[in-house]
Amino acid sequence: MPDQITEPAIDSQLAEAAGRAVELPEPEQAPADTGKGIGVSVLRKEDAELITGQGRFVDDIRLTGMLHLAFSRSPLAHAEIRSIDTSAALAVPGVRAVYTYGDLDFHAGVPTGSNPTGDAIQPERPVLARNKVRMVGEPIAVVVADSRYAAADGAAAVFVDLVPLDPVVAVEDALRDGAPQVHDDAPGNLCCSIVYATDGFDEAVAGAEVVVEQRIVNQRLTPVAIEGRGVVAQVTPASDEVTLYTSTQVPHFVRTFASVVNGISEEKIRVITPDVGGGFGSKLNTYAEEFAAIAVSKKLGGTPVKWIEGRSENMLATTHGRDQVQYATLYADREGRVRGLRLRIVSNMGAYLQLLSPSIPHLTLFMAPGAYDIQNYACQVDCAFTNTTPTDAYRGAGRPEAAHMIERMMDMLARRLELDPAELRRRNFVREFPYTTATGLSYDSGDYDGTLDRALELVDYAELRREQAARGTNGKRLGIGLSTYVEVCGLAPSSVTKALGIGAPGWESGTIRFHPTGKVTLITGTSPHGQGHATSWSQIVESELGIPFDQVEVLHGDTAFAPYGLGTYGSRSLAVGGSAIFRSIEKVKEKARKIAAHGLEAAEDDLEYVEGRFRVKGSPDRGMTIQDVVGAAWTAADLPEGVEPGLEATTFFDPPNFVFPFGCHVCVTEVDTETGKVAIRRYLAVDDCGRVINPMIVDGQVHGGVAQSIGQALYEETVYDEDGQCLTANLVDYMVPTAVEIPRIETARTETPTPTNPLGVKGVGEAGTIAASAAVVNSVCDALGVDHMDMPLQPERVWRILQGLGEKPIEAGLAETKGGGAS
Amino acid sequence: MPDPVRVSLTVNGRTYERDVEPRLLLVHLLRDELGLTGTHIGCDTSTCGACTVRLDGDTVKSCTVFAFSAEGCDVQTIEGLATNGELHPLQRAFHEEHGLQCGYCTPGMIMAATAILERSPNPSDEEIRTGLEGNLCRCTGYHNIVEAVKAAAGEVATHA
Repeated sequence: MPDQITEPAIDSQLAEAAGRAVELPEPEQAPADTGKGIGVSVLRKEDAELITGQGRFVDDIRLTGMLHLAFSRSPLAHAEIRSIDTSAALAVPGVRAVYTYGDLDFHAGVPTGSNPTGDAIQPERPVLARNKVRMVGEPIAVVVADSRYAAADGAAAVFVDLVPLDPVVAVEDALRDGAPQVHDDAPGNLCCSIVYATDGFDEAVAGAEVVVEQRIVNQRLTPVAIEGRGVVAQVTPASDEVTLYTSTQVPHFVRTFASVVNGISEEKIRVITPDVGGGFGSKLNTYAEEFAAIAVSKKLGGTPVKWIEGRSENMLATTHGRDQVQYATLYADREGRVRGLRLRIVSNMGAYLQLLSPSIPHLTLFMAPGAYDIQNYACQVDCAFTNTTPTDAYRGAGRPEAAHMIERMMDMLARRLELDPAELRRRNFVREFPYTTATGLSYDSGDYDGTLDRALELVDYAELRREQAARGTNGKRLGIGLSTYVEVCGLAPSSVTKALGIGAPGWESGTIRFHPTGKVTLITGTSPHGQGHATSWSQIVESELGIPFDQVEVLHGDTAFAPYGLGTYGSRSLAVGGSAIFRSIEKVKEKARKIAAHGLEAAEDDLEYVEGRFRVKGSPDRGMTIQDVVGAAWTAADLPEGVEPGLEATTFFDPPNFVFPFGCHVCVTEVDTETGKVAIRRYLAVDDCGRVINPMIVDGQVHGGVAQSIGQALYEETVYDEDGQCLTANLVDYMVPTAVEIPRIETARTETPTPTNPLGVKGVGEAGTIAASAAVVNSVCDALGVDHMDMPLQPERVWRILQGLGEKPIEAGLAETKGGGAS
Repeated sequence: MPDPVRVSLTVNGRTYERDVEPRLLLVHLLRDELGLTGTHIGCDTSTCGACTVRLDGDTVKSCTVFAFSAEGCDVQTIEGLATNGELHPLQRAFHEEHGLQCGYCTPGMIMAATAILERSPNPSDEEIRTGLEGNLCRCTGYHNIVEAVKAAAGEVATHA
């Protein structure tokens, strides 16, 4: 409105401003290098709130007038719904409403995004069950009440008349003739079969001198983030706007899918991710409860509603992980050179597909050859429906299953050939990079001998073998297990994710924004929940721009201000999201250079950028700090021609390739032959995740990953009975290891940068989970002198092997066991 | 529904009085009635320890204590641990040793650790691990939590 500027007062202000320019607060010329750049173990800026109780998790959010939700869930694994009687629930004091399918407005079912074969069967999954339930824990009705206690009372009072149907539980049973059908539109319970073979596979392995075969069960696990899921939803009826607080790894996915399922225009939906108490893949999803909460708030005319998942509910209603049965055959010559690998995987999808369910075993297919030069490979993955909780990503997501299999098979081959397992690995390592695998992946960089050598040296492998030989087979036996893993992460080039049927691209966004005072805000599309992105991203800024670490604020997890982001999973955040930030830094630096050159009356090429200051080469006194450049960009009174005001850049970084971290883990166990108890005497992880931004955070990621994988190896197993009841749906029956079970974890590193991204970084979030289970099981098998044991190696299982009783419990019939996995 | 019961208790040095449902759990009193949301809930079987607080000096899982049974008690939560704006040595040590990642188990861990250090000012690794057996962490593998408790040992006596 230019007319209004004729007001004398404003006019004089303008005149004054023009005369002296606008006065900015004096930029703080803090030291450019505060010692908190790349490569330093900088303490985390995330911690202050979390150690004082000031974190803000979803259950900490309370909106005015908020009501509480609880879900009435199926107690049966497979049943027809004859009727639902909500009258008793409605009579519970404090209950306001009960809704079932048909009461709420949904435009689609719970989404799945993954179709690896293009013809995978993706059965519809209503947000609330309609006609049928297919798993224990499937939501049938949602109760709205004044308090969480009243909501729970109401949910318990919903009466659902169910007609039981035969369930199918074990994945191999699902594919047998005559098995109960989970979905009418999935004949034989088959979701899809992914078939892959290199040319001339059968001829290439025919007549192999040594053949090792093994059935390996990679058991079902429950992720158990210590914070369950939770949602607060509020619809504004007048504008149709939605605010959804949710504990997720993927806020933008939630928004996109909520727009589809709830029929609300995407730009009207704001998804906010507050502090998130762990995810491990279980929150890399969009769930029925998120859509239901939005629909309920809408139905109530905009009343905010909250749903907080209970633990026992979480262990039924949130995705599980793993659950593969593998049949592996390794072909080799007498020198131990592997000639080929054949693999059949039967993968349990559960009752429905979640976002990525069939893509998880697809990743197993890709990574099965591991760190070895195995050019002949054939694999078939059959994905089957059962009446169980859906499986999806769980830390490692398909790659622990691959690494465990190939690392176990290599140990079995070494045993057959009476070769040291380290030596056998050396005879087969990939050594030339980039290396094209039998599945067409391109391993970016590596030095597999390097991590193996370093690990063997640090544990004094030769001495351990001497001790083992001296100890013999009396009393506690000593075992030494190796796992020389390689993993694929940094998902991923978008063209590749499309080709794999993953249903989402693989790029990531990153914005850098300068404030007039020279401070920086980063906005990342990643969605951290413990990984320390705010700290690591700030370190990149200090190193690359000379802006002190403490003057950088990192925002994430709110779709209202963040450019579209794909979130945090698959060890991708630094490699892809960090690279987006890096590229944005480069962009602002390039613009800042133009402004500085103009201000200094020098050619751009004559400037060098040192510790937060552009200076003229050869005349270091002539310079302009980045803060001065920011001031100039903001006042915009004297910018070079064609340069816009402000200093801000956004990058959508789509990596040209995956990254492939690798390493060698060593587990030394002592196995008590009297009790079957396995004690880990020493655990060493030597990892190579490329260039390291923050060694402390990297070590922390390894510790946590290793602990989860030790959990799988020794303690954890999600068990269903034949009726499809989950026997481990609480933390008493499902054993998450405590500080007593988990040993000290030693860490060491080599650093082999990747050419895939400008930072040279790989990823480390899943390395521990991918590597450790094989190291532990290899160690125990080594101690006992057996070929194979399936996880978890609980004392009873180990004791049975030692007694020659096989793996199955006595009541299952000794005659059938044939010695189980013991040789 | 049974009549509400009156409960008066001291939390972090401040006295509160509330009329509550008899079945209300202490953790829900702290979180929902008193707004002290630093104490978390991670399970429904008294297993995970995220809700650990001090009750008259004992460590308790506040999901297993009825609010009314805390009548007249002195409760300390994570919010009451820092004194005069200065972090408790355990809070500082969890930060300095990278003893937390997502931070959800952290308040319970720290509260449990305060009791370990009071019992045993310079505990062995084994004492620390046994002392934390009732607290689950899924992020850290416990390694740096144990380091943090060790680092804080010795300082706690002087802090109190």
